[in-house]
Amino acid sequence: MLSKKEKQLIREIWERLTPVAEDIGADALLRMFASYPGTKTYFSHLDIGPGSAHLSSHGKKIVLAIAEGAKDISQLTVTLAPLQTLHAYQLRIDPTNFKLLSHCLLVTLACFMGEGFTPEAHAAIDKFLSAFAAVLAEKYR
Amino acid sequence: MKQLGLLVTMQPSVKEKNAAMVEWTEQERSIITNIFGNLDYEDVGSKALSRCLIVYPWTQRYFASFGNLYNAEAIKTNPNIAAHGTKVLHGLDRAVKNMDNIKATYAELSVLHSEKLHVDPDNFKLLADCLTIVIAAKLGSAFSPEIQATFQKFLAVVVSALGRQYH
Repeated sequence: MLSKKEKQLIREIWERLTPVAEDIGADALLRMFASYPGTKTYFSHLDIGPGSAHLSSHGKKIVLAIAEGAKDISQLTVTLAPLQTLHAYQLRIDPTNFKLLSHCLLVTLACFMGEGFTPEAHAAIDKFLSAFAAVLAEKYR
Repeated sequence: MKQLGLLVTMQPSVKEKNAAMVEWTEQERSIITNIFGNLDYEDVGSKALSRCLIVYPWTQRYFASFGNLYNAEAIKTNPNIAAHGTKVLHGLDRAVKNMDNIKATYAELSVLHSEKLHVDPDNFKLLADCLTIVIAAKLGSAFSPEIQATFQKFLAVVVSALGRQYH
């Protein structure tokens, strides 16, 4: 459950992340690959070493998609419809991995924002990312 | 006589028991001792626990007697929570000083959390995640992916040891 204040906070934070989407996305992915090596299995077709172009472009894609969702959280199902189809029928990433990436995104944000990543911001974004992941997995079955 | 033979072979050998222990590289050991060596236990402990109670409000169920937990501000300034957070971090210190024997080090604490405190062991992971975030906020980019992975491995061993004596 997200309050109006939390939705506003989420919108503002992700707006600030949009210009640095590549860095944020790549950082979160690298953290996920380091802590949860099983997640690398989904990227055997890409070069996911630190600094690689694939890593940056893929990280950017993910962060921008999340930022898009953050603009109007009440419309998540509409906004994510194409991505729902992509993940359900083509990518078929096990949804447990969404939790792992979400956690790593939170760590990236903590490193990036320092004390500015308050418990309130943490709670709001954690809830948002959980909702985002749930909507993303809706067409799986 | 055959049954006796079977029984004897079923006991794990000392070698097998040791093989099940957690292995730490020199680098991992120094990462962990470095992180904890540079920590303000009071600051980080209180921040981690209060963050846990704010981000995962159901964890407040274990702190009903701690006073005002009504909102984030109250939790952040609650002296009982701060003191308890510090206690928890000093408890972690014992694992840092006994990295090759975390399971045994926490056997008593595990029994305490199970039998006396009745804490659902899922909560250990929640607090561990909040501690990771607090450390990340403190260290910034110095909290690299590799350091994060090592820190999380350490916390996972701690969490597992704390849940070990539940039955």
